[in-house]
Formats: sequence, C-alpha cells, structure tokens
Amino acid sequence: MSGRVLVGVKRVIDYAVKIRVKPDNSGVVTDGVKHSMNPFCEIAVEEAVKLKEKKLIKEVVAVSCGPQQAQETIRTALAMGADRGIHVQVTGKDYETLGPLQVSKILAALAKKEDAQLIILGKQAIDDDCNQTGQMTAALLDWPQGTFASEVSMEGDKLKVVREIDGGLEMIKINTPAVVSADLRLNTPRYATLPNIMKAKKKKIANVNPADLGVDLTSRVEILRVDEPPQRQAGVKVETVDDLVGKLKDTGRI
Amino acid sequence: MCQSLVSTCHLSYNYVISNLTSAVVLHLYSGVITVTTYGFICSVPCLLCVAASYGLTDEQKEFQKVAFDFAANEMAPHMAEWDQKEIFPVETMRKAAELGFGGIYVQPDVGGSGLSRLDTSIIFEALSTGCVSTTAYISIHNMCAWMIDTFGNTEQREKFCPDLCTMEKFASYCLTEPGSGSDAASLLTTAQRKGDHYILNGSKAFISGGGDTDVYVVMCRTGGKGAKGISCLVVEKGTPGLSFGKKEKKVGWNSQPTRAVIFEDCAVPVTNRLGEEGQGFNIAMKGLNGGRINIASCSLGAAHASVELARDHLLVRKQFGETLSNNQFLQFKLAEMATRLVASRLMVREAATALQEGRRDAVSLCSMAKLFATDECFNICNQALQMHGGYGYLKDYAVQQFVRDIRVHQILEGTNEVMRMIISRNLLTES
Repeated sequence: MSGRVLVGVKRVIDYAVKIRVKPDNSGVVTDGVKHSMNPFCEIAVEEAVKLKEKKLIKEVVAVSCGPQQAQETIRTALAMGADRGIHVQVTGKDYETLGPLQVSKILAALAKKEDAQLIILGKQAIDDDCNQTGQMTAALLDWPQGTFASEVSMEGDKLKVVREIDGGLEMIKINTPAVVSADLRLNTPRYATLPNIMKAKKKKIANVNPADLGVDLTSRVEILRVDEPPQRQAGVKVETVDDLVGKLKDTGRI
Repeated sequence: MCQSLVSTCHLSYNYVISNLTSAVVLHLYSGVITVTTYGFICSVPCLLCVAASYGLTDEQKEFQKVAFDFAANEMAPHMAEWDQKEIFPVETMRKAAELGFGGIYVQPDVGGSGLSRLDTSIIFEALSTGCVSTTAYISIHNMCAWMIDTFGNTEQREKFCPDLCTMEKFASYCLTEPGSGSDAASLLTTAQRKGDHYILNGSKAFISGGGDTDVYVVMCRTGGKGAKGISCLVVEKGTPGLSFGKKEKKVGWNSQPTRAVIFEDCAVPVTNRLGEEGQGFNIAMKGLNGGRINIASCSLGAAHASVELARDHLLVRKQFGETLSNNQFLQFKLAEMATRLVASRLMVREAATALQEGRRDAVSLCSMAKLFATDECFNICNQALQMHGGYGYLKDYAVQQFVRDIRVHQILEGTNEVMRMIISRNLLTES
C-alpha cells in the first residue's frame, strides 16, 4: 500500500459572494469576483490531513484542474497540511466546459499514475451542485465508493464509512483503494497557521497536461442558458381565517 | 441550478437580537440550514475600493485570509458579550496563538512567527474587524514578546518568549505612572540594586491586562533623572511585593482588564533586566514604534468594518420614499470616509515597511501614521454611527462598540499630541 491519498480541490466563487448572471445569460460573472476553495473540498483536505496525523496514510497530494489561479487553491491545501500539489492545466473553452465527467477521468488517470490508495473529494461543488465526480471516479477505476461521508475510519486495509442518507446514517465497510466524498459533518476544517502558510511556499506543485494523461476534455453537455431564480413575490395579508381558506381554495391549494 | 441561498438579513428593524452584532448570514447547504452570526464580512470584497487586500503578495493575502476568518468565526460573535460582561477571552486568544498570532514578529527560534511589520499590520487590521479591544491587547502582548526577544539575552529569550508566543503566559507593558504619562521619562518607580536583586518601589497606572497577566515588562529608575536613568525589568506575577489596584471601569477596551500595578519592596533578580542599565527608555521607545503601527492597524480594521456597516445600512434604510443610499450628502460622506480609510491604510503600511527596513524616517513615519490613522478612523467610525441614526446609539448594533473601542487609540501608546511633538522635533531640530 502506497499510503498515498489524492484530494481533489476545486476553485469556486466564494460562498459569501452575491452571484450575478452575465447579461448574455451564458453563465455567471466570474471576472474580478472573489474565489476560494470549495467548502466541501476543505473538509476533504482536513480529513486527509487528519489521517496523515494519525499515521494511517503517508502522503497527501492535492489536485486541482483549471487555469493558473487553481494554484492558489492548491496552496491553500498545502497550507492546511497537504504534502505536494498537482495542477492539471485546463484553460479557455476547455475550462468553461469542464465538468464531472472530464475531472473524474483526470482523477482516475492520476490515481493510477500516483498509485493512490484513497481518493477523498468534496461531495459536490457549490457552483454546479453536481455531486457526480466522486461517483464517476470510482466507476472509472472500478473502486468501491463511500459517498456523503460523515465519518471515516481505517480498519486494516478496509475503510469504514458512515454515510448520511435520507433515512439517517448508513455504515458501510469497503475495500481500499476507494473513493470517499466528504459531507458537511465529516469534520471542521482547520485554520491554516502562519508557519504552515510559510512552509507551503516551499512545497512542490507539479504541472500536468490532460493530454499527457490521455484524457479527452470534450464536453457531452452544452449549457443553453443561465437565468436567475424567479424573484420572490410579495405575499398577501388576510384579515380572517375565512379569507385565508377562501384564498387557498382560489389558488387551488386545497 | 445553484441551491446555495445566501441572504444577508438585516433583522435590525423589526427584530433585534441581543448580544449579536449586526449581520446574520443564513446558508442553505443541500437542505441543511446553518445559522452563523458574523459581525461583518470584510473579507468579501464587494466593496472593491476599500478592500484591504490590494497590493499584497499572495502570501500576505493568505495571512490576511486566516486572520479575517478567525475574526469572523471566533471573535465577532462574542465581541458584544466580551464588552458587556468585561470578559478577558483567554481561550480565544490561545486559539489565536496556535495559529501563530502570539508572537507575530518574534523570531522563530523562540516560538515566534518571524513575520515582518507589514505582515503584522495586515493581520491586526483583519483581526480588529472581529474585536478591536481583544486585538489591541494581543498587539500589546506581541510588543512585549518582541522586546524580550530583541533586547533579552539567550536565557531571558528562552525563559520567556516560548510561553508568550503560545500565550501560555500573557504579558503587560508598564511605562505609564499616575504622575508621568506623556512625560514618560520623568517616571518615579525606583529600582534599587541590592546584591543580585533590584528592589522596586512605585506604581504604574492604566496597565492593559494588569492583574490577569503573568509577565510584566517594567520601565523603572535605576540611575539618575531623565531617560538615561531608566532600565527595563521583567517582573513575574507572584513575585512578593507585586500587587494590583482595582479593575478600572472604562468606556471601551472592556475585553481587557486595566489596573494599576503596585511595587512595594518588590525584589526582582538582576538577571531579569533587559539590556544594560540606562537602556530601558530606549527599549521602551523602540517597542512603542511598532506598538503605534499595531494600534493604528487596529483602528483601520474598526474603520473598515464601520464603513461596511454604514454602507449596508444606507442600502436598506428608507426615508422620504427612497433608500438613504440615494441621498447625495450621504453618498459624498461615505466616499470621504472610504477615501480617508484608504489614505490611513497607506500611511500605516508605509510606516510598517519603513520600520522593517530600518529607514531613517521610520520613527517619524510611525508617529505620523499613528496620529493620522487613529484620528481619521475614529472620525470614520463616528460618522458611520451617525449614519445609522438612532439605531447607531443602541448596543445591539456593533458600530457603537467600534467607536468606543478605538477612541482610546488617540490617547495611548503616546497621545496624538506627543506624536506631533515627535514629528515637529524631527522637522525643527538641526541635525
């Protein structure tokens, strides 16, 4: 077992920013807007670093796909405790159409190349909410998957994952190598410390081309149009309970 | 499509929550609602021109981000409570120390973070948006740790600095006395040499952290009159003859206790003296140069937070049929506030750089920056309060705490009048 964990980190628009749709409805405005690491990816990095601190794994490798700015996101992962980074360079039109299918192909190729024992991802990104990359990566590698993880523990070469599902919590035991996707309650990501931020400067980030991994980036999805959600309409105040019942009947609710 | 719903609710007008500072942010993460209280989200640069991150290196932006996140998550939610209940937030400060904030410009070999004065200024400015009073105390603690690191010998550095950097122990800076504030060199606390001890007699006034802190960096008279007779001693809590006055009741800075520090035949080992006899005043002033940048940085953070609060209020509050943001007077006022904030920030950062590089103009620049930034930022916070109307006067709103907390920055670490003395002396003395 190589003891190596791959953690995918995605650079997304910061969760606190007010999103605006581009005037041509082709997407959202990203120019000059604050970006940061996807919150679920932060949780994934934290879990990987925790496993390393428990000495259950040996090396944490942070991976991000995107243009030059993706390196900032990798640096944040390094400041949290990842050992090295891999920047898969995707720019221009390819980056605009980059989605879970292509990313999972990239991660699968990297997992084989780096001989990874475990891949930890955030369960979904807060910009597209796809919740697909983890599952697709596992399928491409034919590895078991523990998605929506709220607890992860290693027992020998098996992984015990507690999953958050609609009915409650499900506990599964899967073989490694495996893919885990992190849910909100898995952990609370640590703050980077000042010394770690400075150490992160010295850690290596390797540059990789998707072509070198044999991955085809063409998208099977075409975005036709992006719109804002409909404006919330004002409510109506009623005087009596009869009025309320009347209104509910009028609008066909009862 | 995107399910994350971020709405900033100004629950202010119909629904006031006690002990919360202004903004409440609701996050909808895949159906799970988490309610977090923030004072202000200064790290989100929707206000492009006053964003604090312009001109910084990537690494400095990382430091700033950690400080902003810490301020928003660990400090802002408690800022009002710490003020009202006069709580000295030891646990929170120790958490800050874990991140490296206990000895930011102290050297790494004794546990410090070894960063520059500019890095320090950026960090304190960001932390201040969470709680000015606590950040100001952390800056005083940092100043003391630096003094021991810089002027102490190996034994002293190794004995005191590591614990100060982790905030296992807290420090206080003791210069001012009931009879000597601005005229600091006239201090009267004596330290008489008796064998291998100094016997201290006298008292210090207005000591931040006094009574709750463990390590006291004390300027006292070992020699004749004036600055040349002053030495610097490190006195540890628990030393017989060291006692404290009552906890002062203050207008602001309530998350740190302020007490008189009293010496009655207090014996301090000579090995606790920093530097040589007669070097004390010089050490004190060198400490204050950095301290002035730190205090000015705290004012910057408060002013930035106040500008954002004022802006948010103007966009929501309606009078005469439209939002206040349509009123030209208020627009112009806000623009002036933003301009003076950025001007203050530039001065403070330039002074930090000058001090770091040991430039000839460093001392004057630090004084100018402290004078300018503390005055301007107080006016900015005060204006922001005015823009809130009656609500600005209520303790349910954060802006009044910023006003109260930074008012004292114009007074301590050298009054703004003393700053003028330093600057005019530089201009008028033949060199």
